[in-house]
Amino acid sequence: MIRFSHVHKEYPRTGVALNDVSFAVNRGEFVFLTGPSGAGKSSILKLIYMDELPTKGDVMVSGTHSTGVKRKAISLLRRKLGVVFQDFRLLEDRSVEANVAFALEVIGTPREKIRPKVARLLTQVGLASKATNVPRELSGGEQQRVAIARALVNDPFVLVADEPTGNLDDRATRGVFQLLREINAAGTAVVMATHNLELVKRENLRVLEINRGQVVYDSNDDKGRAPELTP
Amino acid sequence: MSLALREAMIGFRRAPMLSVLSITTIAFSLFAFGLFSLVAINLRSALQQVESRVEIRGFLEEGVSAEAVADAMQVIGSYPEVARVEYVSPEQALERAREELKEFRDVFEAGFLPGSLDIRLREGSRDPVKVAEVAQRIRGFNFVNDVRFGAEWIQKLYTIRNIATAAGIILGLAFAAVAVIIISATIRMAVMARAREISIMRLVGATDGFIRRPFLIEGFIKGVLGGGLALLLTWIASLVISKYFIQTEFFAPSLAMLGLLGGAVIGVAGSALSVGRQIRQVS
Repeated sequence: MIRFSHVHKEYPRTGVALNDVSFAVNRGEFVFLTGPSGAGKSSILKLIYMDELPTKGDVMVSGTHSTGVKRKAISLLRRKLGVVFQDFRLLEDRSVEANVAFALEVIGTPREKIRPKVARLLTQVGLASKATNVPRELSGGEQQRVAIARALVNDPFVLVADEPTGNLDDRATRGVFQLLREINAAGTAVVMATHNLELVKRENLRVLEINRGQVVYDSNDDKGRAPELTP
Repeated sequence: MSLALREAMIGFRRAPMLSVLSITTIAFSLFAFGLFSLVAINLRSALQQVESRVEIRGFLEEGVSAEAVADAMQVIGSYPEVARVEYVSPEQALERAREELKEFRDVFEAGFLPGSLDIRLREGSRDPVKVAEVAQRIRGFNFVNDVRFGAEWIQKLYTIRNIATAAGIILGLAFAAVAVIIISATIRMAVMARAREISIMRLVGATDGFIRRPFLIEGFIKGVLGGGLALLLTWIASLVISKYFIQTEFFAPSLAMLGLLGGAVIGVAGSALSVGRQIRQVS
């Protein structure tokens, strides 16, 4: 469903970000991407939603190959996946429900389908009562829930999350992570980059550790401990 | 479409000064064009009036025979440019002169004025070149002493009209270029002001065409507003000129619509020129 085949990524200014990365993520999987800052976690996520394309090698996501991909195909691919960030990326001047509805409007969803869908999603993430609030009236955890609701509007097959709990306190982290687990349990794969090793240790989920642009550990291949998680 | 329109309105709200600047430059570009066009169409209608009175008068030698005159009239009447040929005898000429110049009626005596052939040209054959051409042919009859027509001032009016038209087009184009440049520059700022929306649109799979649409609509609206403002300014100018200088006519509604269309073209062109490049820079 997601397959990286010998992916190299080099940026003009900062040099090599990924060096011969290969891995696959299957339907319904939950995968942690760990590793130090600058290891290449964000590059991997950007390659998944094709915000970046590989310098060499190929990324395949739900049948779309990065090699020779057209901009239009990238837009259509993104309608099949959801993305959330550490900084939420909400529109500050619009209500919670308008933020979620926005994602449906810009891909041309008929108006009559938008309202019920938004209401259902806000209920799912536990924010039905805050639909008319604007983002700054919400806590960090709540804002991330809005972002997650927005990422789910198209019933994605995978949710890509870049440090989704990076700005949250412990309590909010637990809540957001719990929500991600629920989404995963309903069949959506989750690829989550995180620095939160406590969280990774506590859960028995697949871990891909990235260091200096390479996959240095994949818990699917190796039953030992990830280098970073080894004290 | 309603979403794109709403987003375009947000663009106006976020950058009111820039929007006003764009609209004003479009308005000035079209106003410059409009003023000269106004001069051109008024000269044109003045010319039409003058032209309808264009006459070539060939003065005849004394004692020319009636048959010769009749033959000449037949020949001249068969020229494709000629609408009507009329023989004016010396007596009629005297009568006419007395009537037109009442103060001098006693001064004129019979035999004082020569007979003439008065020739009126068809519409479309009244421009200076054709008039001179026909006059030349009439000069060719050996009993025609002299040929008169208002050559010089017709030529002058034509020249003024051509200059006005050219000046209008050149100034209008120069201003239009400035307007297009300003609009493409404001698009850059408009895109930056909406970078967050654009990056979210991208993220959830909106196509480039969709993302571009509000900016094009914004350009279109600015253009139409600019065109409308230009029309208003030109109209006021024509009122002022009519009141204090000479009676002028304003553009026909179809021409006025063309002004709005011109604004729309400038607005959309300015936006289209840079929006694609700008939105690609938003990640």
